[in-house]
Amino acid sequence: MDEKGRWSRGLVALLFPAGFWLGVFFVVPLLFILVYSFGESGIYGGITITFHPSNYLRVFDPLYLDILVRSVVIAALNTLFCLILGYPLAYLICFKARRWKTLLILLVMIPFWTNLLVRTYAWMVILGGNGVASHLLEFLGITRGPVDFLFTPQAVMMGMVYGYLPFMILPLYASLEKLDVRLKEAAQDLGANRWRTFWRVTFPLSIPGVLAGSILVFVPSVGEFVIPDLLGGSRTVLIGNLIQQQFLNARNWAFGSALAMTLSALMLAAIIAYIRKVGADKLEGI
Amino acid sequence: MTGKRISRRSFLRLSGAGALAGLGVAATGCTVNTTAQQGESKGGGSKNQLNLYNWTDYIAPSNIKDFEKKTGARVVQDFYTSNEEMLAKLQAGGTGYDIIVPSDYMVQIMAKSKLLEELDHSRIPNFKNIGKDFRSLPFDPGNRHSIPWQWGTTGIFYNRRKVGKKIESWDAMWDPGFKGKIAMLDDARELIAAALEHLGYSINTKDKSKLEEAKQLLIKQKPLLKGYFADTDSDQMVAKGDLLLAQNYSGNAMLYIFKNRDLEYVIPGPSSDRWTDNMCIPKGAPHLDLAYEFINFMLSPEQGAALTNYTMYGTPNHAAIPLVKKKIRQVPWWNPPESVMKRLQVMQDVGEATRLYERIFTEVKSA
Repeated sequence: MDEKGRWSRGLVALLFPAGFWLGVFFVVPLLFILVYSFGESGIYGGITITFHPSNYLRVFDPLYLDILVRSVVIAALNTLFCLILGYPLAYLICFKARRWKTLLILLVMIPFWTNLLVRTYAWMVILGGNGVASHLLEFLGITRGPVDFLFTPQAVMMGMVYGYLPFMILPLYASLEKLDVRLKEAAQDLGANRWRTFWRVTFPLSIPGVLAGSILVFVPSVGEFVIPDLLGGSRTVLIGNLIQQQFLNARNWAFGSALAMTLSALMLAAIIAYIRKVGADKLEGI
Repeated sequence: MTGKRISRRSFLRLSGAGALAGLGVAATGCTVNTTAQQGESKGGGSKNQLNLYNWTDYIAPSNIKDFEKKTGARVVQDFYTSNEEMLAKLQAGGTGYDIIVPSDYMVQIMAKSKLLEELDHSRIPNFKNIGKDFRSLPFDPGNRHSIPWQWGTTGIFYNRRKVGKKIESWDAMWDPGFKGKIAMLDDARELIAAALEHLGYSINTKDKSKLEEAKQLLIKQKPLLKGYFADTDSDQMVAKGDLLLAQNYSGNAMLYIFKNRDLEYVIPGPSSDRWTDNMCIPKGAPHLDLAYEFINFMLSPEQGAALTNYTMYGTPNHAAIPLVKKKIRQVPWWNPPESVMKRLQVMQDVGEATRLYERIFTEVKSA
């Protein structure tokens, strides 16, 4: 047995568990969805595979296209707000917090210990007509009488940013943490002011974190439907609602599958385009 | 009728309907019925075991205890929160259940899909206790596949004092005077049913122009709404005062009216809908004899009354009515008179048109 053969056999053994897992629980179900998407659902369940792209053509119905666009816009806004709020915080924790660093990072992570659904319900209590937020504003004399923040687009946006912010902060923190502080010092020694140092040195070096954070926030928020339903009073339909509705109430698994595949394909294309634009080499830092 | 009858009572017991109401609802997601073990070994299990697949918290603990005592069998429960969830599980081959409790339209779908056992009525002598308004309903003529379990209506739950008048028709849900204080159910069939009822049409219509009219009416209504909610969310909001009127189920209203006299429920005119949940035996049930025994047992006056005293929904078991708590019996819309029964429509499966209903629902919400 030559050295190389043993090596590859060891590699196979090591990769087998993860490969098996992904194969069985990711690739196979995805293939099912792919096949279903080329079928036709019976009214009472059951799918006849026709290999006709009719479900995909239906996705381009203006009604569904609007829903898709709306979902992408909301997710993009969510990503932007998370970045605007998350970057300064990650920066602060990394470079200014000193001995509070660990504690602050822990505080960012603590909400994960509670299910998002429960936390969203908590926001309903806070934002509701007789809620804490309303009482607080009244107490401070800012408003008179109860204000109901719930079930507005703003409440949805706030809930989404709240839910996804940690997914932005953590990768940003990780990439800033790795940054060699001497580079910043060098920039300042060479006469760059703080602002210039940030934009020419710190920020470019943190791009991998921005990239990872944006993907982590954007991708799941496109499919998000729990927060918009709970905080928005289900007044709008997003792509996640639509897919769920097709699988359950409409009993149209074929169309639901086509929607899911379209969404996955779009996400993949968007991520590839994004990485291309920023540069694949930047990903090495993640 | 998605998401109907979520574990309400256990939640109310836990939180006492206080300020933490919102948190309580989410927490009940993990509340397990204390009386029955969550189905460990469905399918198999011992010979003397009844596998019951039911809505969450939709049977009295005493029903189970009494049945176990009487038969020596063990009752193992699994739960669902929507008809669709239950259907999906059975279609995926999730057999091993002896009794399931689908709603009206779902009975029709399951019977058409050949998922239900044809019932042998000679084994259910207590069927005689079922009231005539609940026999041979349009979704299952001759009760060939289903026996009614509990029933209720979909109407308007509202704050009488704040509204300032007695509500009598669906008009109230289109009244600009209540702008921002109205909620409708987040369910395609129920939402469209309200509009069809308001227009005086059948809630099972497949007529495109009538449905288009209903759609326009719902789009017109949208700016007046606070939102589209699950029954278990909007009932609390009415109770807390965040909403004045909510389209909701009679059973939900029942949970609040005894505590707060300002709150009322109405079966609105010109017509309204009633739903029935039913006991069915899925094809291939492993304990057929026990399943029949269970159905017959639940149809006895005592067990029927115990069930209703617990759930507070209507009972189709007319022999049980005298045994139901007086407090419940006195509620006028709990067991409405013939004149009201006559204007209640029964929801049925609409076949191909299901997709049209779903599309209208999506269009209204996207408007």
